[in-house]
Amino acid sequence: MATTTKSLGMQGAGKRKIDTSQNTKSKIKEFFITFAIYAELIIVSIIVLFPILWIVGSSFNPGSSLASSSMFPENPTLKHYRTLLTETNYIRWYANTFKIAIIHMTLSICLSTSMGYVFGRFKFKGKKVALLSVLVVQMFPSFMAMTALYVLFLTFNLLDNHWALILCYAAGQIPMNTWLIKGYLSSIPKELDESAMLDGASKIQIFTKIIFPLIKPIVSFVAVTTFMTPWMDFIFPRLIISTNENLTLAVGLFDMISGETQNNYTMFAAGAVLVAVPITIAYVGLQKYLIEGITAGASKG
Amino acid sequence: MKQPKLAAALSCFIWGGGQLYNRQRSKAAFFFIFQAFLIGVELVSGNYFTGSFQFREAGFFVKGIWGMVTLGTETAILTDQGLTPGDHSVILLIQGIIAILILGIFVSIWVMNIKDAYYTAKEINEGNGTIISSKKWLLKTWEHSFEYIVMIPAGLMLMMFVLMPIIFAFLVAFTNYNNSNLPPSNLVNWVGLSNFKFLFSMGGTEALGGDIWLHTFQHVFLWTILFAIVSTAVPFFLGLFQAVILNNKRVVGKKVWRSILILPWAMPAIISQLNFQQLFNGQFGPINRFLIDKGWIETPIYWLSDPHNPWLPRFTILVIGFWLGFPYFMALMSGIMTSISKDVYEAAEIDGANERQQFWQITLPLVLVATAPLLVMSFAHNFNNFGLIYFLTEGGPINPNFIHAGQTDILISWIFKLTLDHRLYNMASVMSIIIFLIIGSLSAWNFTRTRAFKEEM
Repeated sequence: MATTTKSLGMQGAGKRKIDTSQNTKSKIKEFFITFAIYAELIIVSIIVLFPILWIVGSSFNPGSSLASSSMFPENPTLKHYRTLLTETNYIRWYANTFKIAIIHMTLSICLSTSMGYVFGRFKFKGKKVALLSVLVVQMFPSFMAMTALYVLFLTFNLLDNHWALILCYAAGQIPMNTWLIKGYLSSIPKELDESAMLDGASKIQIFTKIIFPLIKPIVSFVAVTTFMTPWMDFIFPRLIISTNENLTLAVGLFDMISGETQNNYTMFAAGAVLVAVPITIAYVGLQKYLIEGITAGASKG
Repeated sequence: MKQPKLAAALSCFIWGGGQLYNRQRSKAAFFFIFQAFLIGVELVSGNYFTGSFQFREAGFFVKGIWGMVTLGTETAILTDQGLTPGDHSVILLIQGIIAILILGIFVSIWVMNIKDAYYTAKEINEGNGTIISSKKWLLKTWEHSFEYIVMIPAGLMLMMFVLMPIIFAFLVAFTNYNNSNLPPSNLVNWVGLSNFKFLFSMGGTEALGGDIWLHTFQHVFLWTILFAIVSTAVPFFLGLFQAVILNNKRVVGKKVWRSILILPWAMPAIISQLNFQQLFNGQFGPINRFLIDKGWIETPIYWLSDPHNPWLPRFTILVIGFWLGFPYFMALMSGIMTSISKDVYEAAEIDGANERQQFWQITLPLVLVATAPLLVMSFAHNFNNFGLIYFLTEGGPINPNFIHAGQTDILISWIFKLTLDHRLYNMASVMSIIIFLIIGSLSAWNFTRTRAFKEEM
């Protein structure tokens, strides 16, 4: 079989060599295709980069209003960064968000890997119903739920406390991440666990020594996505956090352009750049894992 | 000889009683702690020793159930001494839900405790009097119900922070909790299905607003569906197209191009959305300034706020959504494309398939099969894509024919306004239930069809 295909391939190559006029034609065609591909890439890159460069450029503008800002300011200044760091609670917000993100990430990894392990490796009563209901129930779209959470934290004295945010984020992330990890686990042969069990390993040992190292790619995906949540969430901290020092970044930034003083665009830009840079670097740097993560989620879905 | 029924009966009244009878002391203590805790919380949180009993002053659990059933019986009244405390219906309802959920956990422990007493007594009889030590029992339970024990922390969190709020939001749809009936100066009552009837009462008089609700609902609903379909499908195909270009063998420096192209996905969405809101600003926005400077337009275009042409802001929102949405699909699909085995293409080349045929016959079908399940997820996400609407237009421009909704409002942002700006909590909950029925059943149907789920058979 292998030899026949090989010889067929040789025949094809020979045919191509003979036809020289065809060859120049295809060279021109080849050139145009390459040209078109690069043109497309450059145009799309400009479309992608323009808004991003705009916000970066604006953050160096001397003025504070949107109307006067431009992408390449004539007198670039770091004034807004300085004001942001010295006159607002920006550093506090940053530290708060960072703290929440780290704890949330750790908690989520613990919860979702253990849940993923249980759902991926064990058969038990009510598994199917549990799997389906956790995913569907959380799709209930409601801001009334916020009222309930508000009263819950009021009852247990957790208002204006970062733990309220952490617990809610972590709970909300459980279903999706459990599914992801469960899906990834299904690609890892069960024989590994079984042979370890024959060697006398406990379920916990199997999990920490065998399963966890193998699911690291999907765990890094979960880590990045859960780390991101507090940086983006807006409504919930707005409701739960009441003192300015306890705010998270998204709320603080939103207030800069939609509060009473609407003309703080450039300061918003500076703040946004400071948030976006580390996150974007993390995303781009970890893109291998991220793509692996979503691909795994998709192909096993 | 132990008597199983006696053991069960003992555990029924004093938790761990049957276990003590079975001579399993630590286990008895374990169950008894739960009962002590339950009664302790009830007594400490209530006001039981004043002589005259009132449900209002009962402990956390009894008051919770009472509050949920009655939603309070006394309003706060302004007297010479200030406002009387009164009953706050909403807090009562939520604390009632919390109390019932926690009680549910305790009831299941209680049932476990009775069952355990009964079966242990039986086991002792069968084993001719040998008593299993509590330690051994613990090990056995750990092995036996490992999966359930591991799920406890996550399960409790889901119950409190996901399920409890949803139950509340669901129940509010059956009350009259809205801006004309706000606690604590008013009591909220159960009203059955009348909110649903109100929404769908075509014959509702103008004064009641029966028509305008249905009218708004229909328009917002249609726009939501259109928005969700377009902002799922177009980024999907744009992402596919971009992934094909990116993975073309002629492209040098794939990693660099990909790193640039995934930036919209990598940037925090809220920042991009707020930034676009500024870029497309009608009066001062740089895009308008640029177009005017070039002389291509004379008057500014109100991209996101044109009051005369609602399709312009809608279109702008969709285009911004494409910008935000395509990199995810591109990343996903190029991941899948690179995972397709090279042998497949080699074999196709040998069989004489050209590039185009390879794409249509191999790449596309494989990518579509792998990503199709994600389309429903993405649709559900866009259906509730609050940020894209709220941070770009806040639902505007205003439409006077709608009740509390703007031209670009989708259902979720309408619900947001009904809840936070207009305090029409009961109607907002009715909407939530309707959306949930649509999205929930669609996703449930989708998930039951996936391979991952079928494997659980």
